[in-house]
Amino acid sequence: MHEVVTGAYVLMAIGLGFDLFGCIGLVRLPDVYNRAQAATKCVTLGTCMILVGVTVAAFAGGIWPMGVKAILCAAFILLTSPVAAHAVCRGAYLSGVRLWDGSVEDAFADRAGTIRDEQAQASQRRTEREEAETA
Amino acid sequence: MSGLELFVFVAFGVLTLSSLLCLYRIGRGPSAPDRTVAIDILGTLIVGFCCMMAVWTGREYYMNIAIAWALISFVGTLALAKYLEGRTYDA
Repeated sequence: MHEVVTGAYVLMAIGLGFDLFGCIGLVRLPDVYNRAQAATKCVTLGTCMILVGVTVAAFAGGIWPMGVKAILCAAFILLTSPVAAHAVCRGAYLSGVRLWDGSVEDAFADRAGTIRDEQAQASQRRTEREEAETA
Repeated sequence: MSGLELFVFVAFGVLTLSSLLCLYRIGRGPSAPDRTVAIDILGTLIVGFCCMMAVWTGREYYMNIAIAWALISFVGTLALAKYLEGRTYDA
């Protein structure tokens, strides 16, 4: 039983290390996309490892509801954090944030152009409809 | 000071340092998506804070706070991302 609790604290310590390195990446890297990549991956894994450590410690200590809630929270973060980072990076690209000068490939350029055209057409239709309503 | 308390205080120190790095990115910018990413990361770090509080005190309601915080942080980040994309909320 004692070894299990020690293992839980080792998991939490590794998770804390990942959190710290992710935040160092958030400060040090050159553009939005690199920062989002480094920070999201490291902090998601780090926090999930902390939560798994809490689960192990809670089950070893007999506090069952805390362990179940920690598993739920870990699954939820694992699902939502990459989705949020993807949405932010997509929004950043469509709002016109440039890539870093050292970037070698821009695979989203064609698709982004199509999306911008569709948005322009939609806003034009909306203004036409509003003008027709006021006339 | 017991081993558990020492571990928890070191953990709070590491998490506080990470949060300060996030706050530096929120303050410095340079663009709005930088700040949005940093706010999202700060929300995930606060879940870690709640975990360490739960370990320290042994009370389970801190995990409820962690789950609620993760949910609200996700919804807020999605709203900010849609705003960055230049769309309205109902389209």
